[in-house]
Amino acid sequence: MDPMINDFSIRIATPNGTGSQTSNIVLHRALIRMGLAANSKNLFPSNIAGLPTWFQIRVSPGSWQTMTEHWQVLLPLNRATIGRDLRESQPGTVVIDNSDWKTADSEFEGFIRYPVPMDQLARQIENAKLRPRLKNLIYVGVVAQLFSIPMKAVEEALRSIFPGKESVIELNVEAAMIGFNYARENLTKADRWSLEEADQVGDKILIDGNEAAALGAIWGGVSFAAWYPITPSSSVTESLEKHLGKQREKDPEGKHRYVVVQAEDELAAVGMALGAGWAGARSMTSTSGPGISLMAENMGLGYYAEIPAVIFDVQRVGPSTGLPTRTQQSDILQVAFQSQGDTRFPMLFPSSPPEAFSFSWQIFDLAEKYQTPVVMMSDLDLGMNTWLSDPLEEPADDFDRGKIATDEVLQKIENWGRYRDVDGDGIPYRTIPGITLHPDVAHLTRGSGHDEDGNYSESPEVYVANLDRLARKIDGMVKDLPEPVREDRDKSLGVIAFGTSDWAVQEALSTIDAPPSYLRIRSYPFHDEISSFIADHDRVLVIEQNQQGQMAQLLKIDNPKDANKIVSANYYGGLPLSARFVADSIAELQGVEVQ
Amino acid sequence: MNEEKAPATNTLGLTKADYKGLPSTMCKGCGHDRISEAIIQASYDLSLDGRNVLKMSGIGCSSKTPAYFLSQSMGLNSTHGRMPSFSTGAHLANTSLVPVGVSGDGDTASIGMGQFVHLIRRNPKLLYIVENNGVYGLTKGQFSATADRKSPSKRGAFPREESIDLCGMALELGASFVARSFSGDKKQLVPLLKAALSFDGLAFIDVISPCVTFNNHEGSTKSYTHQKEMGVNFHDPHYVAPQEPIDIEYEEGDLHEVTLHDGSRLLLRKLDQHYDPADRNAAYNGILETRQRGEILTGLIHIDTEQSALADSVGMTKEPLSSLEQGDLRPAAGTLQKVNDSLRI
Repeated sequence: MDPMINDFSIRIATPNGTGSQTSNIVLHRALIRMGLAANSKNLFPSNIAGLPTWFQIRVSPGSWQTMTEHWQVLLPLNRATIGRDLRESQPGTVVIDNSDWKTADSEFEGFIRYPVPMDQLARQIENAKLRPRLKNLIYVGVVAQLFSIPMKAVEEALRSIFPGKESVIELNVEAAMIGFNYARENLTKADRWSLEEADQVGDKILIDGNEAAALGAIWGGVSFAAWYPITPSSSVTESLEKHLGKQREKDPEGKHRYVVVQAEDELAAVGMALGAGWAGARSMTSTSGPGISLMAENMGLGYYAEIPAVIFDVQRVGPSTGLPTRTQQSDILQVAFQSQGDTRFPMLFPSSPPEAFSFSWQIFDLAEKYQTPVVMMSDLDLGMNTWLSDPLEEPADDFDRGKIATDEVLQKIENWGRYRDVDGDGIPYRTIPGITLHPDVAHLTRGSGHDEDGNYSESPEVYVANLDRLARKIDGMVKDLPEPVREDRDKSLGVIAFGTSDWAVQEALSTIDAPPSYLRIRSYPFHDEISSFIADHDRVLVIEQNQQGQMAQLLKIDNPKDANKIVSANYYGGLPLSARFVADSIAELQGVEVQ
Repeated sequence: MNEEKAPATNTLGLTKADYKGLPSTMCKGCGHDRISEAIIQASYDLSLDGRNVLKMSGIGCSSKTPAYFLSQSMGLNSTHGRMPSFSTGAHLANTSLVPVGVSGDGDTASIGMGQFVHLIRRNPKLLYIVENNGVYGLTKGQFSATADRKSPSKRGAFPREESIDLCGMALELGASFVARSFSGDKKQLVPLLKAALSFDGLAFIDVISPCVTFNNHEGSTKSYTHQKEMGVNFHDPHYVAPQEPIDIEYEEGDLHEVTLHDGSRLLLRKLDQHYDPADRNAAYNGILETRQRGEILTGLIHIDTEQSALADSVGMTKEPLSSLEQGDLRPAAGTLQKVNDSLRI
């Protein structure tokens, strides 16, 4: 049995709300301290305490940040799921269990078992009050001993979680040592998996996509945010508020140069964001699918009345309440054509925290320059899991607030009207109350039919011309939207994916001898490059995390002549997409003759 | 030949005509047009710079009216029932502007009830006018949630559900400025509007505004006749601008005097029945007792100048957020490096 170094996954099953999350994060960070580009996925329930939760940590020579479908080491530490956890494990899996539970030996047949009497060991923890939480550190010590994680790395991980709290760190280390010592004295290594220090980390940072997006918003100059709490997007605005307090300079009187308002619902949250955008603040709201549904009508007003606002949609599993704590990419079609009437909403699809950061500062320019709501399409996997990522990069561009009808600008325009296409690009000059002071610019912004001067109109000609200008304006946005990332290889097959699916696709392609071409979409409306990629390939496989192939549908609308080339591989179970799913989907397609 | 007399001007040198809007498209005799006139009068008297006023509204007859006053002001005719949220955002984007929100009884008491309730809890600076006629006009005469159960429609049907008293609700929710008036009583409405425009916080005015087409018939409790017969007030309001002397005669003990945030004063001459409008409980009782008698209480029902307004309670800058620039908003070079460092394990 050859040893396998730095290439396996550990799955830890615990009940939610018992303090195990800290232990799981300690293990993840201890591996990073060893120089391993370890990745973790938190599979948690929609519940405060009691329901099952799983945490899966992976190390790999390729530094992959994806979750594997199988795991090599299992810690089934939730009595409610131990049977299922063992059944779902493959033969030969290493199992570290709580032997005080007297689970029948027969349950462990075919596994490499390390029984640990965790309840008995917990009695050695002197602090009775903290014992229930500190008990979780025992399994950290056992894993550290069995797989050669230095206790120094464990201690450093704890220090990163509890900076400056030496007594807390000490209590945790003591608890971990109970497990470590037990394993050293009582367990004999019988499996092939082990860890060694490596050099995979470099200057990488550990961050979740929501925090990265929030930081991006600050660098993009957000000054107004309104939101309503909803999983998995709450931490966008929570970390926005935390970082604004630290990173945004106060005014000379020591007052905040921002406002964050927790609204009564998403109707109000987006209403406030649009009100602030109309009045000239860089404004945003954050939400998930159910909130997006509620925002529909007001977003339509934003489109038609041309009001800038930024909306962060951290997607979760629908329809309806769906699986609130699981991931999906299933708001694509809804957002693209949100609200009544002919609308189109620009969307950005970040795949990583650094991209969430850079798209996030850019999106405020896009919203103001094109005077329309723009939506950042993140998802739970990106938003709430931590990713070992490249550092965040300083914005390359200065703010672009777009066309504003200042008094100076108005002197140069002969026939200004709020909705008049002066420059031929479909983008009118917008007014900002209190900034645009010329007496001729005042008008009533409205969601009802309006002419070029903003006056009420029901004229068919005026209506059609206005709607067509809006379509032209949105089409013209493409040049400022993030371009697709394209890698051409063989013209027989091209793969298209977006957002977090990129990680699974990248890993899958690395395992295929003759990998297909690959294009990653980063924005909508689509760049021409995407049509040419489809045209250049005999078949195109669109991989996405929803049932209906929503991105594929959008691609078919824009590429009717090539629609029959487009096939879909859709994963919608709510777990992070695996490389195996992608590799299997490609293999299946490559095995099929072209019609 | 007589020289044409120059029209009167206010301290900004503007005439009353400068405060007008486009010609109204309301029905002839609509109460809403009288309210627009009162807004024009109050704004002229206060010498408001129209360019610093935000006209906000929802959807419905009432919400169309911002087009018909203050043509120099920018406005946002938003979605049905959502004027409060749009106003909150617009106000916070530039707290130096004066937001004037116009809504109706359908827009506020039905579809917009949630936003109305939370707006009051939040207390942003906003003059919030409900043009209350008890009926949906644009959709041809359905009952609204403020229609009284004893008030029949033109066809003789009665509302099946209890009516909502918006002033009572506002009091319950802790509103700091609650008033009710009548579109036909300019003498009362104009000083109330001036006080509301000078108030830092949410100033709510429920204005009974008869719908001449669908709800002005005999038996209606939102008709001109009914309001003239059953409207009661406990005080006569008189507005005195900052630094101006009191220009009415009164006896000692005759007045309640309220000093507003900008130094202006609202003088309330006590009538036969009266209470101190600073006393919330007395205001409640006033509403309840008059309602039991089938009367409609008007005037300044309650005022509390101590409550802090939203912009203060969030600790935000007085600089307009809308005019902040990259140098104010983007963290200094090198800050991101520190953030990256803090995220290394």
